[in-house]
Amino acid sequence: MGTDPMAEIRAGFFAECEDLLQSLQDALSAMDEGAGDAETVNTAFRAVHSIKGGAAAFGLERLVGFSHRCETVLDDLRTGRLAPSREVASLFLQAADLLADHVRAAQEGGEVPAGETLLARIEALTGAQPVNAEPPIDFSPSLIALDFASEDDCSADAAEIGGRGWLIRLAPREGLYRSGNEALHLLRALTTLGRTGIRCKVPPDLALTEDAAEVPRLVWTIHLVGDVERAEIDDLFDFVEDVCDITIEPGPAELASERLPPEPPPAPVLAFPGPHHDRSGLPEPPSSAAGLRPEPAAPEPGAVTLRVDLEKIDRLVNLVGELVINQAMLSQSVGAAGLANPEVTTGLEAFMTLTRDLQDSVMSVRAQPVRPLFQRMARIVREASAATGKSVRLRTEGEGTEVDRTVIERLADPLTHMIRNAVDHGIETPEARCAAGKPSQGVITLSAFHRSGRIIIEVADDGAGIDHAKVQRVATARGLVAPDAALSEAEISNLLFLPGFSTAGSVSALSGRGVGMDVVKSAIAAIGGRISVSSLRGQGTTLSVSLPLTLAVLDGMVIGAAGQTFVVPLSGILETAALAPEAIRRVGPRGELLQIRGEVVPLVDLASHLGFRAPDGNARGGIVLLTARDDGGRIALVVDTIMEQRQVVIKGLGALLGPVPGVAAATILGDGKIALILDPADLAPAARSGPVPPTALAG
Amino acid sequence: MSLKILAVDDSRTMRDMLTLALTGAGMEVTVAEDGVAGLEVLEEGGPPDAIISDINMPRLDGFGFIEAVRRIDRFRATPILVLTTESAPELKARARGAGATGWIVKPFDPQKLVRSIRMVTG
Repeated sequence: MGTDPMAEIRAGFFAECEDLLQSLQDALSAMDEGAGDAETVNTAFRAVHSIKGGAAAFGLERLVGFSHRCETVLDDLRTGRLAPSREVASLFLQAADLLADHVRAAQEGGEVPAGETLLARIEALTGAQPVNAEPPIDFSPSLIALDFASEDDCSADAAEIGGRGWLIRLAPREGLYRSGNEALHLLRALTTLGRTGIRCKVPPDLALTEDAAEVPRLVWTIHLVGDVERAEIDDLFDFVEDVCDITIEPGPAELASERLPPEPPPAPVLAFPGPHHDRSGLPEPPSSAAGLRPEPAAPEPGAVTLRVDLEKIDRLVNLVGELVINQAMLSQSVGAAGLANPEVTTGLEAFMTLTRDLQDSVMSVRAQPVRPLFQRMARIVREASAATGKSVRLRTEGEGTEVDRTVIERLADPLTHMIRNAVDHGIETPEARCAAGKPSQGVITLSAFHRSGRIIIEVADDGAGIDHAKVQRVATARGLVAPDAALSEAEISNLLFLPGFSTAGSVSALSGRGVGMDVVKSAIAAIGGRISVSSLRGQGTTLSVSLPLTLAVLDGMVIGAAGQTFVVPLSGILETAALAPEAIRRVGPRGELLQIRGEVVPLVDLASHLGFRAPDGNARGGIVLLTARDDGGRIALVVDTIMEQRQVVIKGLGALLGPVPGVAAATILGDGKIALILDPADLAPAARSGPVPPTALAG
Repeated sequence: MSLKILAVDDSRTMRDMLTLALTGAGMEVTVAEDGVAGLEVLEEGGPPDAIISDINMPRLDGFGFIEAVRRIDRFRATPILVLTTESAPELKARARGAGATGWIVKPFDPQKLVRSIRMVTG
């Protein structure tokens, strides 16, 4: 093992810090919402305390200093010198944010604002004296050389050591044995310091009975000679000074016994007259025949976690993907070779089930709850509301929803921007809110949930909603839409995502940083997601991000159109039906609607839509797939044939192709052919025809 | 015969560091992450030669843990060292009241820790 164990522990420390910051955050949020019970406060205290403890071990002085000052006030809170309140919680939440920065700075380097103002405000809560000096750190991490000179080595060259002498008197009091200390051990330790002559004074009335055994009555005098500092002796008695009477004074530099012939070297000279006194009479811990269990036996109270390199998991995901392809090819060739007897078929089916289970397990390894991401947003809300002078609270829902880890990472930036926008543009000023009869504190709800095979993340504010007239004015002024365009509210809302759109009137230091919603949209698109917006004037705006369940393998329906093979994700298909010519309604020159059970749904001929053949009502097939769109609408896809339903492995199209609307990825079928995987929600009929692109944006 | 040590601390970092320091000195280390877990280990495993315990821990803190250990007859004399961040006298007194044998101030000096353990275990 070439790795430095200290470096590993250090890395472990920072990983632990993340967990600790998390529980600190949780505890403080609970406090913020009114829970001020002892355990909540204790949890917060312990988190900061542990961070400080670890930081001290690694000599991270700034982190120690900062956490120490937070800890001091948390301790007051813990001991009741300070009562929990919203104000306290909110100050500490800010401190927790800063603490997180300190941890990061300690890990990666870089500067952190000292946070002096904040610390001063926190310390003012209890009127605690500001702590200027950081607590002393008396230990700089060094390579650990754990060789301890064994006891035998020390007394050997006694003669060479000139040194001086000490006379020590040791009289144990009650409590010595009760605290697990042992006079004999102290005497032994003394013998390691130098040459010793030890005498024990036994009281004449010493009763050697069991109930008297734990009452210390013996008194020892130790003559210690050698190059011994007083501090070394003090050190040795550090644990027992409150349970023993100890006197230490200088004595002769030569032992009495040294004038006599040979001294038995290593053993302590337990020279006392009278009956042999065995230890204290306490039961000796049974000699460890059973032994401690070799591994940590304690079950973790919460979740047991294991940190694994993401690369290893990715490799596993890829291998499972290959396995699925391989399995498909195998069943294909078994069929082609005419080997499909019941046994082989059963075996292949079992193989398929196992592959699927394996895939699910691997994907669940990659999936993580969105909780940490949501918690980071709480900080954004705090910072943004402080910067704008608004009062905003973040509510979160569905934090347990699991999303692929890489998606979570890449979601952080767009989500941050969305939240900032919501605070800055969505929520009104407290005055405006009061005037509108709303509570002065705005609420932003961040939620995550599953809907039709996708993960939806919503940022909803209870602000003023989008001013559609204003948005259209701005868009017209910027030449983004024709001046006379008749747009629905939904279409106008979608203008917000156009590049170059920014409501200049409301640019602020906060969200008007030149990053528009178009950047958010493309960041979301880069992880295969879509964003849409809905708004009710006076009641708020909801931004909804819809993400694919990032799977390496999906269940798809394999279909044919114009001789091409496509895969449509099963999760997106609501129903299939035969295309009845009498159910088709024409709209305009090219538009067609399908009437199905009293509803009208846009009809899309897949082959012509993708450009495989010219639009031709006669050439197209007779089957429609009804597929779901994110906004709840449906479209009817006309296809020629439905071939089968199977698991397919998702293969990216590569960067060279660029995004093709309606095409999500590709796959390799069992016969080795490549098929495109469609994203039906993106196959919107108006995508190429309308005067403005809002529907395409919404899709 | 190597010494068997039970280290109880809620911080993984601290447990790792204790383990590293003590195994480096040839001791066998078992860890537990709070007082309750520590008692479970004591119940299930063989008796350790010494116990090291943190003070601030969830579920059962160091004081409670030491008191509970001392109430178990066969552990009445087992040396227990307390890990504290501050060497505050009142903390020491409380630990002593609970039955602690000695204390180690965090961040600990590995050599001193080993020396202390060697001393209290004889």
